[in-house]
Amino acid sequence: MEPGDHSDHAGEQDDKPSETKPTQFSLRGALTRRGALLGLGAVAGFAAVDVAGIAYAGGWLRPDALTPSRFADRFEHVYGRHDGFRRNHAKGLSGTGSFASNGAGVAICRASVFQPGSVALIGRFSLGGGLPDQADKPDTVRGLGLLFQGPNGQQWRTAMINLPVFTDSTPQGFYERLLASKPLPDTGRPDQEKMAAFLDRHPETVAAMKIIKQSSPSAGFVDSTFHGLNAFWFTNSAGATVPVRWSVIPQGTHSPDIPAVPPSSPGKDYLFDDLIRTLAQRPLQWRLVLTIGEPGDPTNDATKPWPQSRRSIDAGTITITAVQTEEAGNARDINFDPLVLPDGITASDDPLLAARSAVYARSFTRRAEEPKSPSEVNVRQVLP
Amino acid sequence: MTDDADKPTAAVARFALSSRILHWLMAPMVIAQLFIGVIMVASLSYYPMLLAIHRPLGVAILAFAAVRLANRFTHRLPPFLATMSPAERRIATWSEYLLYALLLVQPLTGWAMLSAARFPITLLGPLHLPGIAPRDIDVYALLRECHSAFAFLLFLTFTAHVCAVLFHTLVLRDRLVDRMAVWPTKPASPQQNETKV
Repeated sequence: MEPGDHSDHAGEQDDKPSETKPTQFSLRGALTRRGALLGLGAVAGFAAVDVAGIAYAGGWLRPDALTPSRFADRFEHVYGRHDGFRRNHAKGLSGTGSFASNGAGVAICRASVFQPGSVALIGRFSLGGGLPDQADKPDTVRGLGLLFQGPNGQQWRTAMINLPVFTDSTPQGFYERLLASKPLPDTGRPDQEKMAAFLDRHPETVAAMKIIKQSSPSAGFVDSTFHGLNAFWFTNSAGATVPVRWSVIPQGTHSPDIPAVPPSSPGKDYLFDDLIRTLAQRPLQWRLVLTIGEPGDPTNDATKPWPQSRRSIDAGTITITAVQTEEAGNARDINFDPLVLPDGITASDDPLLAARSAVYARSFTRRAEEPKSPSEVNVRQVLP
Repeated sequence: MTDDADKPTAAVARFALSSRILHWLMAPMVIAQLFIGVIMVASLSYYPMLLAIHRPLGVAILAFAAVRLANRFTHRLPPFLATMSPAERRIATWSEYLLYALLLVQPLTGWAMLSAARFPITLLGPLHLPGIAPRDIDVYALLRECHSAFAFLLFLTFTAHVCAVLFHTLVLRDRLVDRMAVWPTKPASPQQNETKV
């Protein structure tokens, strides 16, 4: 029993009836000018700390801090603002299919998606950059986003591209490279001086570009290998954790990695059109390959490849059975946030992962709140 | 209302013990949640970590808010202090209703917003909640805007609430904060009465 409690109750019961109008008098007794000023100061002090604290936390008092909003702003600065479209990988096509797990992934991961069986997939094929109506070119980065709909509402989302390593190791590097590679209005090409200055400061990007240029992109989406690039931690049912990078490797293409030869008169959307036409004839398949890193393999730097000799597990087959023009309710409305992971997979120490998740969320919120326009890629216009 | 106003405040009558405990359990959760939310959306590196706290903390706040609402309906409030004018009492009453509404609606908005965007509502490991809104990006957009607006309103109401209590306690010295105290407090009135007499 608190002493205060007791006396309060006692006071309530004993004093109330007898007292008349004590408050003003008792207040006067307690008030002094000095005390009131100190009290006012405390109130003002609290309000100031409270408001300044929230403003600082929200980045409003730190104009130089790189926030997800400022990252999204940079995409808009470089590519222009295109209402309703992703800030990056704006041009795309929705797809659906399934992942048939062969059970081999269970050895390193307890996620239910790796149990033998099949789960539904939503996918999205895309081209890098913030222009939703850019013309298809063979060397533009190609993307494949996947959402595995596991049992019990668990999801696994990944956004992969067709480069073997990523061009930047840090969000800051990516942010700077975006500006350095902004095409000049007169030439349509990046400012050579700015790009050279950027590369001087970022040797990791130079090294990554060298690796990327060793192999030319394949002919189209159908025969592209897509890489998750960032490392993740996989934990199996025994609790053992290993670093993993994943890729999806095309199956059933007669000669993989056919050098890119665009058609003699390539249509504006020829990469997507080919994908749509091929899929009208047969489903498209990729093998999901999990590559296991060894101690010393970088998990925090997506510009650095792991040695070719690393053990890998073929976990099953991804089949895309249909594609759809982007519209309400399909892959258009999905944020392929790389940190939506099932139990059994967690993010590594790669700084790109947190930044991707944060910026994708900002891009998703912006485009959700904007009016939507039809996608450049339209299945009905390709298939008669 | 008028009865309350005329009641003497010889000793500061307190809120029910359950109300006081709920108040002080929830206060740090709500303040932390506001700051986590604001830091989270402005951070490239802490976003996932803070989001992983924000979701279960929001659900905990929702659960506490529901318990608190039930507690509010089953307990009587202590009378207002005589130092509060009728206008101030009205503001205090309505801001209390507003806080209750926001503490319930804000977590629900967050939950519904993630549902509309098809996100899994992960709490901890494999533990997650079902969706409570149609999967629709326009619904997401609306709820997302509401979530920011409610957060701003909650922050303003919280700030006004603390400023008012501090003003009463430190400037008017009417021991207003003792009504919500879970710590021992001095018997207020007898001393004040002594100085008066």
